[in-house]
Amino acid sequence: MGSSFKVNYKEDMALFQNLWVKTWLVILILLMIILPFFLNRYQLSILNEMGIATIGALGLNLLIGYTGQISLGHGAFVAIGAYTSGLLTGKLGIPFIISLPLSGLMAALLGLIVGIPSLRLKGLYLALGTLAFGFVIEYILFHWDLTQGDLGMAVKRISLGQFQIKTQKQYFYLIAAFAFLAVLCAKNLVRSKIGRSFIAIRDRDIAAEAMGISLAKYKIMAFGLSSFYAGIAGCLAAHYNRWIVPGSFDISLSIAYIAMIIMGGLGTVLGSVLGAILITGIPHAIVYIVDLLKDTYPALSGFIVDFKLGIFGIIIVGTLLFEPAGLYGIYRRTKVYWKTWPFKY
Amino acid sequence: MAVIENQVPIQLTVSDLSIRFGGIHALNAVSLAVREGEIYSIIGPNGAGKTTLFNCISGIYLAQEGSIQFNGLDITGMKPHRIAQMGIARAFQNIELFRGMTVLDNLMSARGHAMRYGLFSAAVFIGKCLQEEVRCRDEVEEIIEFLDLQNLRKSPVGSLSYGLQKRVELGRALAMRPKLLLVDEPVSGMNLEETEDMARYMLDINEEMNITIILVEHEMGVVMDLSDRVTVLNFGTKIAEGSPQEISKDPQVISAYLGETQQLSS
Ligand SMILES: Nc1ncnc2c1ncn2[C@@H]1O[C@H](COP(=O)(O)OP(=O)(O)OP(=O)(O)O)[C@@H](O)[C@H]1O
Ligand SMILES: [Mg+2]
Repeated sequence: MGSSFKVNYKEDMALFQNLWVKTWLVILILLMIILPFFLNRYQLSILNEMGIATIGALGLNLLIGYTGQISLGHGAFVAIGAYTSGLLTGKLGIPFIISLPLSGLMAALLGLIVGIPSLRLKGLYLALGTLAFGFVIEYILFHWDLTQGDLGMAVKRISLGQFQIKTQKQYFYLIAAFAFLAVLCAKNLVRSKIGRSFIAIRDRDIAAEAMGISLAKYKIMAFGLSSFYAGIAGCLAAHYNRWIVPGSFDISLSIAYIAMIIMGGLGTVLGSVLGAILITGIPHAIVYIVDLLKDTYPALSGFIVDFKLGIFGIIIVGTLLFEPAGLYGIYRRTKVYWKTWPFKY
Repeated sequence: MAVIENQVPIQLTVSDLSIRFGGIHALNAVSLAVREGEIYSIIGPNGAGKTTLFNCISGIYLAQEGSIQFNGLDITGMKPHRIAQMGIARAFQNIELFRGMTVLDNLMSARGHAMRYGLFSAAVFIGKCLQEEVRCRDEVEEIIEFLDLQNLRKSPVGSLSYGLQKRVELGRALAMRPKLLLVDEPVSGMNLEETEDMARYMLDINEEMNITIILVEHEMGVVMDLSDRVTVLNFGTKIAEGSPQEISKDPQVISAYLGETQQLSS
């Protein structure tokens, strides 16, 4: 293994450590650039959903996976981001460039407030608290005239100056760029003192305090960061779908995000990405399979809608039982296997 | 060190500290004063209140009565992380390492409060953030070298042997660059060689790094060899204080240790 002595700590800390990793990175970026030319609109729309989910999942993983603070209200923060940008661009005519960070900040602000009880509540109680917060937000969105409740709210197209984002391809580049940025920032955060403090709190909160880490500061920061990511995801989702209803940000969205990070791997950046891709992909795969089988078994198609949440539930339980490290764990093992192959021991 | 005993300033003062858990007086009006630069040991039978005293000093427990002063400042009731940042570090009795991290990151995590950079800098990891991370990495590497952990830098702490985990636990406390180090049973469960290494480290920490040490330990050989002064607790009450020689002759101490007298005299 790579035990070459590193003289310079800067080099040892670099995000992309060697030529091998850098080459892969360039290949990945090139692939992202040419991919839209080979995919149809439907396929691109799936990738776009995956990109948005990646951003949200990264946020939730910072909170649950890294800091160990359970939240069942992630969907509510996504909703806050979506409605903030929807209202800012729609009612006030604020450009997307400004409404995007503002929707992240709005979600973060509410995240900080929700984070305060986390200083006293742990585990199940915190989960219930965040769940309740989710219901409150849903209730407000349903009953506030501005958001038009059940009717839903139209959201403007994204315009950057004169340029309007219209096609799936254009959305793809935009969303991919933000997803990439989100991954990069998350990677940096988790290897900084902030990430170490998060993990310390997750692993041993009392020892963390005795090492000079302020529980209050970092727990609340984790809530803020996580909600910021959720808010950005919500804003992108709103402008991408161009129509938002409170129902699409309910508890089932929170559960889907939890499924992503558990399936992908708690406390890993790569796991958040893998989980987001898979959990977003699964419903499409089901639709695809049902489509194939629908002539032989017509009863299947009614089944499908309720099926989704059940599947996510099964995935959560299944992963926890059989592969607690998630897809990331499988990836790690395969990597070690190939590195040591053919010398297996 | 013992020569100038009386001129050396007091670093930590514990005055009339009492704490009860239900009916148990875990600490009963305990007072002691630790001088700058000494190795001060606290001994006593199981359940005597030694760890509880440490928990009070580091702010994890709030004593019901009494006060604690550190360098002349009242730290009673202060938050644990504030106390830690003032220079009191802690190595725990039961290993309390951050299991999800490598040896290096465990040590770095204890250095976080010394790094001055914010959220935005961290998200891009350039400028101030990189500069501070490199600086602290340098400082932490000194400790890694001191404790001979070079080959284990990138190992997850969970994969290490018990003895090594204890050493990392000490390293993490040292990474805080403390003025006062609280060490709770550093050699428990160790073999002879590991015990000797640990004793050597304690002496070096005390003499070369100029760190005051309060040591809780059952292993009497280590206590007798290292300590400048010893305090004995029994059922939460201080029953004796003095040099190791004085303590080992104290009749009250001997009777408190009745079941353990062999250990004491060996
Ligand atoms: N959080 C707590 N809740 C209830 N009782 C406690 C708590 N902490 C300590 N005690 C009690 O206080 C007494 C002193 O415990 P402490 O851990 O300080 O002993 P100790 O001297 O460190 O013993 P040992 O040598 O076994 O480590 C014990 O009776 C213990 O049960
Ligand atoms: Mg103890």
